[in-house]
Amino acid sequence: MANSTPLHIVTGKGGTGKTTVAAALALALAGRGRKVLLCEVEGRQGIAQVFDVPPLPYEERRIATSDAGGHVYALAIDPEAALLEYLQMYYRLGRAGRALDKFGIIDFATTIAPGVRDVLLTGKVYEAARRRDERTSAFVYDAVVVDAPPTGRITRFLGVNDDVAGLAKVGPIRSQSESIMAMMRGPQTAVHLVTVLEEMPVQETLDGIAELTGAGLPVGYVLVNMVRPSLLSQDTVDALQDGRLTAKTVAPVLRDVGLPSAAAPTLVAGGLGHIERQRLQDEQRAIIEDCGRPSVSLPLLTSGVDLGALQELAEPLAPLEDAR
Amino acid sequence: MTRRAATTPSDRRPHVERRISTRHEPDRIDVDAMLADRRTRIIVCCGAGGVGKTTTAAALALRAAEQGRTVCVLTIDPARRLAQSLGLVELDNTPRPVQGIDAGAGGSLDAMMLDMKSTFDEVVIAHASPEKAAEILANPFYVALSSSFAGTQEYMAMEKLGQLHAEGRWDLIVVDTPPSRSALDFLDAPERLSSLLDGRFIKLLLAPAKGPARLFSAGLGIVTAALNKVLGAQVLRDMQTFVAAFDTLFGGFRQRAEATFSLLQAEGTAFFVVAVPEPAAMREAAYFVERLEADDMPLAGLIVNRVHDESAAGISAADAESAAPRLARGRAAERRTAELLDVHAERMRLAERENRLRDRFSAAHRNVEVVPVPALETDVHDLDGLRRIGDHLGTPQRA
Repeated sequence: MANSTPLHIVTGKGGTGKTTVAAALALALAGRGRKVLLCEVEGRQGIAQVFDVPPLPYEERRIATSDAGGHVYALAIDPEAALLEYLQMYYRLGRAGRALDKFGIIDFATTIAPGVRDVLLTGKVYEAARRRDERTSAFVYDAVVVDAPPTGRITRFLGVNDDVAGLAKVGPIRSQSESIMAMMRGPQTAVHLVTVLEEMPVQETLDGIAELTGAGLPVGYVLVNMVRPSLLSQDTVDALQDGRLTAKTVAPVLRDVGLPSAAAPTLVAGGLGHIERQRLQDEQRAIIEDCGRPSVSLPLLTSGVDLGALQELAEPLAPLEDAR
Repeated sequence: MTRRAATTPSDRRPHVERRISTRHEPDRIDVDAMLADRRTRIIVCCGAGGVGKTTTAAALALRAAEQGRTVCVLTIDPARRLAQSLGLVELDNTPRPVQGIDAGAGGSLDAMMLDMKSTFDEVVIAHASPEKAAEILANPFYVALSSSFAGTQEYMAMEKLGQLHAEGRWDLIVVDTPPSRSALDFLDAPERLSSLLDGRFIKLLLAPAKGPARLFSAGLGIVTAALNKVLGAQVLRDMQTFVAAFDTLFGGFRQRAEATFSLLQAEGTAFFVVAVPEPAAMREAAYFVERLEADDMPLAGLIVNRVHDESAAGISAADAESAAPRLARGRAAERRTAELLDVHAERMRLAERENRLRDRFSAAHRNVEVVPVPALETDVHDLDGLRRIGDHLGTPQRA
């Protein structure tokens, strides 16, 4: 029997729509009667913004029902609250916990002592992914999705417990850190990388895959976001490229429908620009297809993000159900 | 680097000349005048990840250098090809001249990439006796703190800025800030350091090394027992050794951090917030702007990268959308024109959305000037690309 419920870690370069994709993935995994937990760890309240709900407290609460009838719960993990909860849960440090607070240790641990934040954040994910129903002893959640730090920081974030295990040679912190690392590297975990089809994000994705692999962390899918469909047929592309479709051909057509013919050069230039952008997009797509990991394409949402749009993104994400 | 007399934000930017605008948009600053003004000594580019901060910093630095300034650009984590174009092949913490710049105006450009561990090591070595330094450098807590833990980058970026400024070799330093998860971690670094130093926890850790434990209240027993239970005695011992060894350094650290903080607030420093016209990035930009204002940091303006041109084609998105279907079933020229109208409508809709975001930002931050930089077809990874960005930043024009 598995030690934890399936854990999906979603990372990506800033600006690639990581939070939106993580939210869509949570919906995709929430099949009929299923419960999925969506966590954020950076204190940005990104989930609340995507689902258009008030800021989330440090509490698991239901924020959406998927088309299939499953439920998405959300949790904004706050390191301070996680530390006090952790001390209470594992050490029953009620009074001592408050004393720690009084001595500034909670503050020290969560803001100043670097790294401890990440330990607490990953520790809370670990706890949620292993939590079982007391009665049925089944996992409370059918899947946990984490809107994780960006690609540049992800390996350090997930591997932070390795560092801690290195510092603590014995004792409960060491064994806890080792268990967390075992789960992060385990068969139930997959780290997905969100990218857009531009040079820098694609390069960063390849670097991220190499880094994660090098650290022994399991890479899942590359999620290609904001893919722009071609609006031009091959016929029009050919006509533009071999000079059969020019401002001179376009101008009279515009005049016939009552549009200013002076706009013709702009339209032709716009068409050529579109071809160029599609070519660059195809170039980057070829690199992704070559990277050795499966990928999924998600369309650009032109009308903003709402629950309907998230459901639209969720559809192509269905194969991640058995990503590992 | 002494704290200067408080000045009002407008006093602080005498060199910012406003262009009189006839459109309903905020005035934009004259970036060229600002780069040319010798009183501008430090430019900090901050913003969310993925908005082109490093590119903006490099473009500003290159433009200033080609206009005759002696410039150093400090980058944190540049994309590989951009780094190569600046000659940044090794991470050795030393500013090196960038080849291929036009030195006709008598300027120069050096570039460096931050190596946080060796910056930290240098501080330790500079401030501790050789034996103490060796002890600290070997401590497992120090090794973790200086190399692998998040948060150190922000401290060290600001430390390096202070060092470069103190060296006095450059008359303009342009800094790219780390892609912090909490937007302005680098601003918080000095205060966090101070609160660490004054913290009772540190005193507690130092207590066994320094004096009788009875100095502490009854809480001490519970606390050490709790720490022992959670961390294990060996971790606590390592931590105590680390803190004790570090104790001598703390004073110097705090001083430096405070000096850097006042340097950032001083006349001669200009902050640019960098964003792209997307909801999340603009939200983050608004947060940065508010935070900088709250901390009395001299904000020069908001640079919005990758703006799509709402060109004067004379066909609105709605007109294009209504004409296209009428043409779609016609002759070849009509069908093709219909497709071109689709492309045009998409661009116009995108430009409209972006304009709405910029307007909303400007309505909420009327005193913040906005510099739009149009989207380029390809990523920037050579000096020519940086020059093109620089042209857009420098020349007052509507994107």
